[in-house]
This record gives sequence, C-alpha cells and structure tokens, in this order.
Amino acid sequence: MIVVVKAAEIAAKTKEIVEPWKGKHGGLIPILQEIQHEFGYLPEEALVTVSKELKIPKADIYGVATFYAQFHLKPRGRHVIRVCRGTACHVRGSLKIMEKIKQILNVNENDTTEDLRFTLEPVACLGACGLAPVLMVDDDTHGRLTPDKVQSILDKYE
Amino acid sequence: MSMYRAHVLVCKGTGCTASGSPSVFSAFKEELAKRKLDNEVMLVETGCHGMCEMGPIVVIYPEGAFYCRVTAEDVPEIVEEHLYKGRIVERLLYTIPTDMTKVPHYKDIPFYSKQHRIVLKNCGYINPDHIEEYIARDGYQALAKALTQMSPEEVLEEVKRSGLRGRGGAGFPTGLKWEFARKAAGDKKYIICNADEGDPGAFMDRSVLEGDPHAVIEGMLLGAYAIGADEGYIYCRAEYPLAIKRLKNAISQAEEYGLLGNNIMDTDFSFHLHVKEGAGAFVCGEETALMASIEGKRGMPRPRPPFPAQAGLWGKPTNINNVETWANVPQIILNGADWYSSIGTETSKGTKVFALTGKVKNTGLIEVPMGITIREIVFELGGGILGDKEFKAVQIGGPSGGCLTKEHLDLPVDYESLTGAGAIMGSGGLVVMDEDTCMVDVAKFFLEFTQRESCGKCVPCREGTKQMLLLLEKITNGEGTMEDLNTLEELAHMVKRMSLCGLGQTAPNPVLTTLKYFRHEYEAHIKDKKCPAKVCTALITYNIDSEKCRKCGLCAKNCPVDCISGDRQTPYKIDQERCIKCGTCLEVCPFNAVYKD
Repeated sequence: MIVVVKAAEIAAKTKEIVEPWKGKHGGLIPILQEIQHEFGYLPEEALVTVSKELKIPKADIYGVATFYAQFHLKPRGRHVIRVCRGTACHVRGSLKIMEKIKQILNVNENDTTEDLRFTLEPVACLGACGLAPVLMVDDDTHGRLTPDKVQSILDKYE
Repeated sequence: MSMYRAHVLVCKGTGCTASGSPSVFSAFKEELAKRKLDNEVMLVETGCHGMCEMGPIVVIYPEGAFYCRVTAEDVPEIVEEHLYKGRIVERLLYTIPTDMTKVPHYKDIPFYSKQHRIVLKNCGYINPDHIEEYIARDGYQALAKALTQMSPEEVLEEVKRSGLRGRGGAGFPTGLKWEFARKAAGDKKYIICNADEGDPGAFMDRSVLEGDPHAVIEGMLLGAYAIGADEGYIYCRAEYPLAIKRLKNAISQAEEYGLLGNNIMDTDFSFHLHVKEGAGAFVCGEETALMASIEGKRGMPRPRPPFPAQAGLWGKPTNINNVETWANVPQIILNGADWYSSIGTETSKGTKVFALTGKVKNTGLIEVPMGITIREIVFELGGGILGDKEFKAVQIGGPSGGCLTKEHLDLPVDYESLTGAGAIMGSGGLVVMDEDTCMVDVAKFFLEFTQRESCGKCVPCREGTKQMLLLLEKITNGEGTMEDLNTLEELAHMVKRMSLCGLGQTAPNPVLTTLKYFRHEYEAHIKDKKCPAKVCTALITYNIDSEKCRKCGLCAKNCPVDCISGDRQTPYKIDQERCIKCGTCLEVCPFNAVYKD
C-alpha cells in the first residue's frame, strides 16, 4: 500500500482525482477518500493541491481531514489491523486480543510498526457480533478469537 | 432457461464469509461439476440468514435443510449423500441446545419459528446481486402499483395509515415525516437513506443492504414519489465494503431496467440515486450531521429548527429515514396498510429487526413482531444464556439505550414500554449479559464510546461525558466515594437535558439505567472495594488454589512479569505486589487451579 512518491507526482495525481469534481458540490470527502486510497494516507502536497484546485481554504480541508476517523495524515502500515471493541466483542474478551497484539508487535493503538508492516487500530464495531471477538486485517475478517490464535493470524501478513 | 431439481444456497454475508463460506462455495462448484450435477443443481450465493454464530450456513432446497458450520471438507459428503442419494447429512444439522435434538428443517429451528420476516423476507433466500431474483419475489411490484394505480398522496396516506415509525431510534411516525417534506415549498427535494449504522453491537442495516439491497431502493423510490423528490442519497459507512459494493451493483442494475433514472416505467416520475461513503464518524448518524457530511463538511449537528423537511441538504427540503424503515415501505404498499397495522401493538406497528448478541446461545439477526417479550427473545429465540449461567441484564439500544433487568423480562418490546423503563428501541442492538458481566464496566464501556465520538461542538456533551467517564474510571479503580455517585447522577441529567443532538441527549442512558437498577454494584465498588462480577482489574486478585495445583509450572512459564514462584515441591504462588492482573495464568492453567477473587 505504501509507496514513496515524489511531491510533483502527488500533485499531478491529485489534480487527476479532483478534475471530475470541479464545479460540482459535495466532492471533498470522496476526493480525500480517493487520495487516501491512492497513497495510503493524505500527503500534505495532495491537500495543498486540492485547496488550490477547488479554491477551498486549507483550514477547511484540514478540518474535514482531522474530523473523520478514516483519514490519516501520516503514512500507514502495509496492513491495517482493526480490532473490534464493540459491545459484543467486549463482553467476549476483545481487550485481551488487543493486549496480545500490542505485546506481539510492540506497538500502541493507532500506531504503526517501525517496519511499516502493521497499523493497529481499535474500531467501534465491525458488525460481525455473531463471531465475537473479531478483528480485521485489511479486508479479511477473523472471528471467534482467543489470544493464542493471534500470532498465527498475524503471520499470514508480510 | 434450465430447470433445476435442487438449489444450494451458500451464505455470503459478512459473518459467514469470515467463517470461510467462500471456500465452501468453491468446493460446491468443483464437486457439482465433477459429479456432472451442475445442470441439475443450482448454486446460489445469498445474503445473511441471521444466524452468524452457526456460519458458514448452507441451505438446500426443496427440502429446506439447514446445515451449520459447513467446511469445504464437508462438501463432498453433502453432495454424495444429500444431492446424489437424497439422504440428509444429520451431523451438520442444527442442534437445539436444550435437548440436543437435530432439526432438519429451517422453519422448525426455534430461532426462526418465532420470527416474522417482512424486512428480512429475502435475506438468505435470493442472490442479492441479481435483480431478477428480487423481481421474482414480487420485487418492484409495489412501485408498479404506486406509479400506475396510486397518486403520490395515496401512497403517503397508505404509509401514514400503516402506523410505520422510524426504525433508526426515535420512532417518529414515518408518514408524518414524509408529509412535512411533501408540504414544504421548493422545486428541488431530496431523500436520504441513513445507512450509517454505527452502534456497537448492531448490524441489521448491514445485513439488509447486503442481503436485499433492492428492497431499500424500492422503498426510496416510493418515498420519492410520495414526497416529490427526484434525487436521493444512501449514506453508508465505509466500514461496510460489501454493503457498498452490493448497493452500487443494485443501483446500476435498476438503472439498466429503467427502474431508476428518467421517466421510470414510462411515467413522468424520475429519480436518481447515489451512494455516499461515510468516513468514520458515529455522530454522522444524526440527521443534520449526516447532511453536513454529504455536503463535504465536518459532520457536526446543528440546532433544529429549521428541520430537514424545511431546509435540509444544500438548503432544500429533505427527508431522511433509516435502512430498515425504507425496506418496510414496499411491503406496506404491496399488501396494504391494514395488513401491516394488524401486526404489532397499539402504538408500535409491524416488526423490528434486532441484533441479538452477547452471552446467549444463538446470536444473530432476528425480526420479531412488536410486542414480543424480552423473555421470548432471550430464552426462546436466543436459546437461553451461554453455559446456562444466570441472566443478569439486557442492554437495548446501544450506547444511547439502557440496561434492563430480570424484572423487565416480561416487558413487551415496543417504543413506549422501552422508553418507560429507561431504555430506548434505538436501532435494535440487543446485548445479553450474564452474572459475569460487571454493570459499572458496561456503563463505562458505552461512555468511553460516546465520549470518543462526541463531535465537540456543544459543551454539555463534550465536557460532561468526559467528566462522567473520569468518575466511572475512578469508581472502577476502587477510588470512588459515595459523593462521586451523586455527582455522576447530577452530571448525567445535565448532559441529557442540555446537549445539542441525540448523541449527547442519550449518552447518559447507560449510566442512568445501571444506577437505577444496579446501584448495589456501584456501591460494592465504592464501599467494599469489590467488583461483584470480578471484571474490574483494579479490584480483583489472581490466586492459586494449592489443593488443585498440580505443580506443572505452566502459569509461571507464561507469566509476562515473572511474578509466579514455585517448583515441583513447593506449590506455586502469585506475588500480588508485582502481578499486573493480565489473566494469562488463569487461561493457561489446565487444572482450573487459578481463580479470581
């Protein structure tokens, strides 16, 4: 997911993403979503470009980018682990799962490992309560977890 | 078109997919081809059956055999026995937990027999990616009826008469809401489907969107016709990638069939529908915040009036309903208001979908008529408490709802009785708790959630929830005083009364209901410095029963802080000073010698 890209390339790609939205309303969030999909996070150059192209103040864009949990201003790991901390998972022991991952990866919640392999995030609910406790790595859901299953799941992702 | 003698339905909902249904599906495909049965037996991917706990689920018709926890390795046996020889594979059937009998037929499983499926009628039966399958089950019939035989006013009147109320939480009468938007002045009007289902422990909207997306689209078409809107949005949270994919596919199919777009069914009625992905903010489930988010702004609520019906999206009259509300509408138009209002109670008509989770035997999605009791839900559909432990409470309505106790087991589930007891219908999360659940911890858990999701615009919610959380942390750490309990209660009432939007107004509910019904647990934390359910780590100790200890040393080997001492001769002991109460010793002990106190 993470590729180091030059500022000029970021600006060029961002212009491409913004283009179809010019003159239309309500485009800011979809644009930011696409930028993040492209680069894995929201690089500063991209946000500056959006501001210039759409004539939206940088402060407004920053406001939106920091309001929503989905957006990230720092590069993220190749794989994102989302540990469900919803009610059903909580009563079935999701905190233990979270602690185990932190211990294995030596990383805190909402942080990325130094080798950029994993980003660890708690998430309110993944909606798979029937399989509680649950975690997601990228788009794969793993359910009915116990702390001793964690290592073998993480091993699948390089 | 070929004729098939049997249908194999493999659930591809999020739950079953996580349990491995894709490999089951491909195993069936391979096995059927190998046996040259692929032109006699049709293999179908369906949406959610609701019983995610038992997934991956495979249902085979015409028998209606319901196979649970199927793996790819089971598939050759199912094909050989069931599809080839006509003998049902008993070992994979659902087992009733109370008497261990096997249930061959879908309909006879208690989890399903008590349900009344209107919204979930197609979930698990049809392939949600094929519009033809929806049409074959009377799909878009209601739209045809409305456009050709009914005026917009008549559609509105029918919904009003049906008694349908908003399923998103507050229970506002849907027909009345539509009427406000219809009567509002303006040439351009919008309708929105709120699919920003963010309550922890709730997944009914996701299952409807994944299992029957066309029902939502048809409901919105009917609403647009009644209100006079020509454009609509479905605001779906980004955490539901499969729902978004199926919705987008359903929209493009409906467009292809001329059911969305200009001059629908050759009438003057035109309607365009878009999907907007949320970006991860719980407060966006509040209608004014949701509209701000569609407009590309920070999703923060604003004071009402003006109500969305007067000035909503981009200042135009707008009507917002949630997924389940929209999915009810086609059935109301098709079968009539009288039919719909015959189901349910005096003030709450129809059915409600609940996500039944927590410490029950059968977890999953259920649709029950309004007025059913909590006892029926927990003990009949849910099959009772996991491990036959003691029922303690049920939490209804997510972070905005409340905890109800044993005394409320015979309470009929409808809007008024739940509100009367201090809970709310909410979106329909229903989490069952047993004796091992600490109610103070539960209240803290929900408050952590609402406090994190508070958008920060109004002071009572932003500061009030923070202070309440600090007090709860103090109590669960064993440092609370009785005075704190009064402050907590006072703050809770203040936040409830003075917050700007529904998030803050309902955030204190979990605290208030647990204070009301489980005050003794709070007091135990404060006065006795004990957590009765043995959950709050600061108030428990781990100990080793020297009678039961077989001196294997597993606990000491696994202890992350090396605080357990002992050897083959001396019994193992935990140094309480250094113990971090992680619970690893209890988990690894093969002889149950480690206990919490």
